[in-house]
Amino acid sequence: MALPNYTPIHYRIWHYTYLVICSLVFFFLIAPLFVILPLSFNAEQYIHFSEKMLALDPDGFSLRWYKDMIWGTKNPWGLATKNSLVIAFFATIGSTILGTVAALGLSSRHMPYKAAFMALLISPMIVPLIISGTAIFFFMAKVGLAATHTGIILSHIILGTPFVVITVTATLSGFDHSVTRAAASLGSNPVNTFMKVTLPLITPGVISGALFAFVTSFDEVIVVLFLAGLENTTIPIQMWVGLREQLSPTILAVATCLIIMSTLILVSAELLRRRSERLRGINR
Amino acid sequence: MSKEQILSSDGVPLEVSLKKAERRNKIRALMLVGPLFLFLLITYVFPIGDMLFRSVDDRMITSKLPNTFAALEQWDGKELPDEEVYEAFYKDFYPLAIAKEAGKLYQRLNYEKSGFSSGLKKTNRKIKKFEKGNYKEQFMATHKIWNKVEYWTALKNTGPNWSYAKYLKGMDLKFDDQRNIVQVAEDRQIHKILWLRTLNVAFWVTVFCFCLAYPISHLLATLPMKYSNLLMICVLLPFWTSLLVRTSSWMVLLQQQGPINDLIVWLGLAANDNRPELMYNVIGTFVAMTQILLPFMVLPLYSVMKTISPSLMRAGKSLGGTPLTAFIKIYFPLTMPGIGAGCLLVFIISIGYYITPALVGGASGSLISNTIAYHMKSSLDWAFASALGTMLLVGVLAIYWVYNKLVGIDNIKLG
Repeated sequence: MALPNYTPIHYRIWHYTYLVICSLVFFFLIAPLFVILPLSFNAEQYIHFSEKMLALDPDGFSLRWYKDMIWGTKNPWGLATKNSLVIAFFATIGSTILGTVAALGLSSRHMPYKAAFMALLISPMIVPLIISGTAIFFFMAKVGLAATHTGIILSHIILGTPFVVITVTATLSGFDHSVTRAAASLGSNPVNTFMKVTLPLITPGVISGALFAFVTSFDEVIVVLFLAGLENTTIPIQMWVGLREQLSPTILAVATCLIIMSTLILVSAELLRRRSERLRGINR
Repeated sequence: MSKEQILSSDGVPLEVSLKKAERRNKIRALMLVGPLFLFLLITYVFPIGDMLFRSVDDRMITSKLPNTFAALEQWDGKELPDEEVYEAFYKDFYPLAIAKEAGKLYQRLNYEKSGFSSGLKKTNRKIKKFEKGNYKEQFMATHKIWNKVEYWTALKNTGPNWSYAKYLKGMDLKFDDQRNIVQVAEDRQIHKILWLRTLNVAFWVTVFCFCLAYPISHLLATLPMKYSNLLMICVLLPFWTSLLVRTSSWMVLLQQQGPINDLIVWLGLAANDNRPELMYNVIGTFVAMTQILLPFMVLPLYSVMKTISPSLMRAGKSLGGTPLTAFIKIYFPLTMPGIGAGCLLVFIISIGYYITPALVGGASGSLISNTIAYHMKSSLDWAFASALGTMLLVGVLAIYWVYNKLVGIDNIKLG
């Protein structure tokens, strides 16, 4: 944003102050994440920068904590990773299917009481998690699903569907319904029309909803904290337990892996968003 | 002029045929929404109702001591009850003592009036040796609570099946012996402080987020696409990163030997052996929550600012406004929906925040949700956890209601 030559001096000063403020805020947003990266390679057992690290001495760095994360004795990360992935996988599938189907209904112009249904379907996202967690725990305990994978998966489906409903209805709001009418007039039945015409067009919205659902499940602590037994432990729970006891470099190694994962998710979400906008013919 | 009926190809009046098609479409839409609706109804909406129910449900004592309460019906409450009440209590309590099921009673009744727990425990041990007849004397010999009218009054007061005592407790109020609502002792008023602190933290986090998010959202919305996409990563990467990862990075930064304290010492603001405590207090909660919730403010603001045409500001300036007046009169009002959505989002999320306060907040930085979790996990007073949850829920719904009146809920934009 270059300023034109005729800009008065006090606007110039204001403009640069504004840019400095913005840079500071961006720094505040992103810098904390990058503190973790170097510290996870610390050769020592402390979580502050050792003198060797500051001098960039190779001896100051090691993969010790990553080794500990993978092969360490009695370490819970293997089981936690497996559980997290299994739970997040099924929860994502469940919420994506339920959410997409519901979004199709909600976007129909024949849908009665649309606003009321919408409010109810996205309520798990609006109500504070601690309340949802309490209520869901009571239910799961009552039906005997506490401390089971099934119970946790069902809870994560509850928490994940609102995101799918929102992203898919948003995608459908720009949807050109004449293409489905065209398909119908050419003799296609509704199911076939959905599979061959509608679904390919809304896929980006569905997948980004699924990503949201995945992250919601993968990152969820409160419900799992209430519901999980020892065998149902997940990555966030292990991190939670670890952080409450003591901040260890192994946790930072896990955190680094999670940051890499979220970078991948961010990139795919961003690519999907652009593709979706291109498909819907929105050029911004 | 007679109304001519239009017939569709199969001879049915068009109006009827259209209505039928309309109804079919409606049913189809409902069937699509149906599965998720039913699923949420069973697993989510009813459980929330169940939570409300638990918070006022007080049938436990009545169900454990049915004979006693039947006998107490006649009692006038002025003097010690008659023999038959003691006998009824013996009939109720003896099987509980044998089956070792009296534990819940101690806790519940002791909450009503302290002293019950020790009295009942002693009675529990002695009751097995009671002889038949003359129960009143035997009880009175066992423990002094049975000689006192107050304890019988307290027991009778637990009679109603529904009670809002848990809600009173959540507001630091309680019933006294005469069933009047009074404040609990000054030094035991912990919940009022918690509610106020929660509101305080939520308010200030919202304000900080707004102040930090407004300039960068404006920058993101006005920069050319290729730069703004790059900068957007700074907002989106934290957004997609696990909450625990971000909290742990704040724990690294804020610890006593951490980089921020190093910086403070290096700048000479504090001595090396007297490093300020940045974590396990309200400061830590404020700083970490602001950074963690900032994307929720930036995204709605950005999406609204993106739609504001820059020519509007130019028009304002060309009509003689200074950039400041143009901003105040044109730009700022246009961003109102984004401001509303962002503030609502951040406020609601922070009012129910759990993880970050629990990890970096310490005792003086913990919020109402930490108390709910404590009663769910540790004290196992689920009724009280439910009551606190319900109060929080009512608060949140009230905020939505006000927001809807002021701005309209449809104006919320997500990213």
